[in-house]
Amino acid sequence: MAYLSGTNLVAAYDQSVPILNNCTIEAEKGEVAVIVGPNGAGKSTAMKVLLGMLKPSAGSVTLEGKDISRLSVQKRIRLGLAFVPQTDNVFPTMTVQENLEMGAFLRTDDISQTLAEVYDLFPILNDRRNQLVGQLSGGQRQQAAFGRAMMTQPTIMLLDEPTAGVAPNVVDEIFDNILNLKNSGRAVLMVEQNARQALEIADKGFVLVSGRNEHTGTGKELLANPEVRRSFLGG
Amino acid sequence: MTDILNAIVLLLNFVFLPGLSYGSQLALGALAVTLVYAILRFANFAQGDTMALSTVMTILLTWLLQHFGITLGFMPTALLALPLAIIGCLIYIMLVDTFVYRYYRRQKSKPITIVMASVGVMFVTGGIVRFVLGPDHHIFADGERFIITAREFKAMTGLAEGLAIKTSQFLTITIAILLVGFVFYFLQRTKTGKAMRAYADNEDLALLSGIEPHNIVRVTWILVAILTTIAGVLYGLDKGFMATSYHQLLLPTFAAVIVGGIGSPPGAIIGGFVISFSELILTYAYKKFFIYLLPEILQPDSLLQFLGTEYKFAVSFVILVIVLLLRPTGIFKGKVI
Repeated sequence: MAYLSGTNLVAAYDQSVPILNNCTIEAEKGEVAVIVGPNGAGKSTAMKVLLGMLKPSAGSVTLEGKDISRLSVQKRIRLGLAFVPQTDNVFPTMTVQENLEMGAFLRTDDISQTLAEVYDLFPILNDRRNQLVGQLSGGQRQQAAFGRAMMTQPTIMLLDEPTAGVAPNVVDEIFDNILNLKNSGRAVLMVEQNARQALEIADKGFVLVSGRNEHTGTGKELLANPEVRRSFLGG
Repeated sequence: MTDILNAIVLLLNFVFLPGLSYGSQLALGALAVTLVYAILRFANFAQGDTMALSTVMTILLTWLLQHFGITLGFMPTALLALPLAIIGCLIYIMLVDTFVYRYYRRQKSKPITIVMASVGVMFVTGGIVRFVLGPDHHIFADGERFIITAREFKAMTGLAEGLAIKTSQFLTITIAILLVGFVFYFLQRTKTGKAMRAYADNEDLALLSGIEPHNIVRVTWILVAILTTIAGVLYGLDKGFMATSYHQLLLPTFAAVIVGGIGSPPGAIIGGFVISFSELILTYAYKKFFIYLLPEILQPDSLLQFLGTEYKFAVSFVILVIVLLLRPTGIFKGKVI
């Protein structure tokens, strides 16, 4: 069984038509898992269910084989999940350092080691540590958001469209950062609009359509699949 | 030369010192309003009347202390009553929060709904104040009225004009500096203070970081109780207590908050002084000032007053309108309501 898995998930907002229909998402340590699919396929909803921001009406979420379906967001974060939202993922009027400290709010032990790790991974944040995050560029801000999420020492990072709204030249930088996260032994699960580039670095890809698993496979397999190419990658 | 000195002393005595102390009192109240706006996301219309209520508690405690013959010597006895009054004010605020605001917070009501609720709280609080102390003017400052009287100053310097420093002015300015210093230290340096700023900045992300909203709300109300009580008591020591005048402080306080940038603590401080100095500069009669400075032939006959003091509220109001038209975010780029 995978490190984090959501199995046969069914979920709806306000008892309306389900957004997720029996969908399964898994992420493994040291791997990048990517959820792609058209608008409204339930990509972000799947992530919300895994995080505990939305309760599924059926199916279960497990972490290291333990059922965490009933735990609150806060409790899941304590267990090692971390989430970087698509927008508003930093505290703009606080400095880089303060953003990282807030990421570690729940911790009572010494955080200097983790701070050093984050600064090691994102050297630009170290140079800008006393600058307000609201004044940083889009890419740097995204790094601050990653850094904030890493401060709880998560074992799995959930990223909601990390490249949305940033300049094209920054996208490569962000993908590099994601590979760094993976190489540090964490599990990475992300929702991404930029499907081709995301699948290129994905160890595992989930193509969702109308809340169902349409295709599942390694990134390479999906990129090679003519049906996936035609429907989602523009040929 | 002495004429110039006399003119300067005149302005220091009638514009600068009163402006500094009135500005400090406004700044403390404005800081409380801005904190509530930043954290609880509504403009608290009950601020003025809560200030009145906490001052009433201080007055009652002062009378009690005086009754038992306990005073603070040359300092006002009210200072002794202050800590208890802060606790009393906090209890009142927490009761209001529990029975009024918490409901709307849980419902995730729109800010305007909560603002209307705070208008209700304002009326109830104002009612309690009038019920307890009535509408009359009460002077509760005891001890020495002046640190330096105008006569002493004249004797020391030989000038025709005196610079009197009232005890209440001295206390206001010293306590305001200490209190503002404490609040800023708290917000900038402590973990709880930073969490408050984080919560104000991005509520959802604060929740994702494990910050507890209940704690943030509670700490905010504690700061508000401290600021409100101290602002109210300092204002009362300076100008005496009257329920109406506290109620009317709402306009200059809100003007200060908006001028400075709503939700911005430094903005609230600057805004307080902008409002107080504008009021005093525009309502001061400059006749005597120019008599010192101009040759006899040019000396004015009129009072040289831009506005009568009874129009001082118009000053806050006009500043408010100008700021909202030209720079709605205020000096420090606050939020736009």
